[in-house]
Amino acid sequence: MREEILRVIEKNSRIETKELAVRLGLTEAEVVEEMQAMENEGIICGYHTMINWENTTDEKVTALIEVKVTPQRGEGFDHMAERIYNYPEVQSVYLISGGFDILITIEGKTLREVSQFVSDKLSTFESIVSTATHFILKKYKDHGTIMTKKHEDERQIITP
Amino acid sequence: MRNPLSETIVNIKPSGIRKFFDIVSEMKDAISLGVGEPDFDTPWHIRDEGIYSLEKGKTFYTSNSGLLELRQEISNYLMRRIHTSYDPKKQCIITVGGSEGIDIALRAMLDPGDEVLIPQPSYVSYEPCTILAGGKPVIINLKAENEFRLTPEEILDACTEKTKVLVLPFPNNPTGAIMEREDLEKIAKVIEEKDLFVISDEIYSELSYKDQHVSIVEMPGMKERTILINGFSKAYAMTGWRLGYACGPEEIISQMTKIHQFCIMCAPTTSQYAAIEALKNGDDDVAKMRDAYNQRRRFLMNAFKEMGLECFEPYGAFYVFPCIKEFGMTSDEFATRLLKEEKVAVVPGTAFGDCGEGFLRISYAYSIDNLKVALSRISNFIERLRSEK
Repeated sequence: MREEILRVIEKNSRIETKELAVRLGLTEAEVVEEMQAMENEGIICGYHTMINWENTTDEKVTALIEVKVTPQRGEGFDHMAERIYNYPEVQSVYLISGGFDILITIEGKTLREVSQFVSDKLSTFESIVSTATHFILKKYKDHGTIMTKKHEDERQIITP
Repeated sequence: MRNPLSETIVNIKPSGIRKFFDIVSEMKDAISLGVGEPDFDTPWHIRDEGIYSLEKGKTFYTSNSGLLELRQEISNYLMRRIHTSYDPKKQCIITVGGSEGIDIALRAMLDPGDEVLIPQPSYVSYEPCTILAGGKPVIINLKAENEFRLTPEEILDACTEKTKVLVLPFPNNPTGAIMEREDLEKIAKVIEEKDLFVISDEIYSELSYKDQHVSIVEMPGMKERTILINGFSKAYAMTGWRLGYACGPEEIISQMTKIHQFCIMCAPTTSQYAAIEALKNGDDDVAKMRDAYNQRRRFLMNAFKEMGLECFEPYGAFYVFPCIKEFGMTSDEFATRLLKEEKVAVVPGTAFGDCGEGFLRISYAYSIDNLKVALSRISNFIERLRSEK
C-alpha cells in the first residue's frame, strides 16, 4: 500500500486523498493514516512543486559543483557536508563515489553570486582540496519529467 | 463495363465505430473516450532495440514464421504466464498484429458452410473474417446479468452439426469482461463434448485486474484444439509496430503459415527485433502500465457510482461498458447527443453487435486529467436527461 501511495504522490503531490483512495482501491481514512505515518517516519519529507524557472521572468542560475574533500578524523565526510548544506543557497548535497567526493547543486541570481559562493565560502574550508563548477545551461528533464516538450495525443482515427 | 466488385465484400457492412470519430476530428474542444489503443508510448528500451536493428542493417525478410529467437521468447513467455509449452519451431507463427492471426486461423480451419460461434458484444473483425473465409457466423448474445461472460448453455444452444469453431474473445473488447478459471472449466467440457475448435483472442491478457489472466489452453484437452492469438499492441503499447502471434497444434499452424507466406511473407523485421527485447526485459513496463490502467478503471467505476450510472465491474482490457437503458434512448442516439451537446465521444455498444444496445463503450486509455473533464461533461449530460424526464 505504501509503495503504491508513494508512486502516485511522487508524481502528483497535490492529489486529493479522496481521489488517491479511489484510484488505489483503499478507503480515504487508510490513505490519510498511512501518509501521516510516512511523514512521521521521515519517508515523506515534503511536498514540492516542479517549476520550470526558464519559463518565468525570474533570473536564476543553477550550478553543479564537484568538491574534493580530505575526510576529517572521526567524522568522515559528514561534518563537511553539514557545513555545506547549512547555506540556504545550497539546494542539494550528495556524497558520491568516483573522482570526487561531494556534489552540490546551488542556485543563485547571477553567475557572479554563484562564483562568489565558491571563492568566498567553499574554497576557504581547509579540508576542501578542490572544486569544479558547472553551470547548467538548459534543463531537459528533471525528476522524471521532460521539460522541453508537451506530449500530444497523436493517435489517429482507425477502425475497427 | 461489368461490376468489378465481389458481392461478398460489398455485402459486408463497414465498422460502426468510425462515424463518431469523423465528427470528433472536425469538432473543436471535443474529448474522445473512444480510442482503443494505449495512450502510452512504447517503452524506450524496446524502441531502442528496433532502432539498433536498423543501424545494424537488419532490414532483410525474416523466415515466414518469424525470427526463431522471437518464437523462442514467446514460448518462454507463455510458459511463464500461462504455464503451457509450445514448440517454437512448429507451434508458433509471428503475424502482422493479432488481427492477421484471427484471419488466417479462420481461413485455415473453415470450409464453406462451417459455422463459427461468435460471442458478442466483441471486436468487430470476427464476423467479416468468418464470412470472407467462407464460414457462417453464428452470434451468441452475451448477457449483462452474466457480466458478459460466456456460459456452456449458451454454447450448447448455438451449436448445430455444422458448428466447427468457437471464437473466445476474453478479456473482452468492448465490455472489459473476463473469464475466470471456473468459467473456463465449465465451457471446456462443452467444447470437448461438441468437438469444437477454439480461436482464443487473448490480446488483452496482460490487462487483467482481478487475478492473473487464465487461458483456455490451461484446461485439460484444450491446448490440442485451440489457436491462441496474442500480440504486442496492448501489453507493450506497440500498436504501430503491427506484431502479433498465434500458437497452436502444428497441424493448424503449418496451414496458417501457408496462407501467411503467400499474402504477407513475414511480419516486419524491425518490429520482431524490438519484440524480443519486449519479452526479455519488458515485464516491469507491463506492470506499470497495468497499474495505471487499473487506477483509471477504479476512478471511472467510482465516478459512475456517484452519478448513479449502472455498470458492472469489468476486470479486463481498458474499457468499461455502462448501461444507459434508464434514459430510454438507443446507444446511437445517446452517443450522438452526448457528442453534440457535451462534446464527448464514446462508442455505442451496438458497434460491437446488436446485443450491445443500451450500452456504451468507454475507453480508459486516456490520462486521468482527460477522464476527469470527460466525466464531468457526462455527468452534466445525464443530469440534464434525468431532469427532462
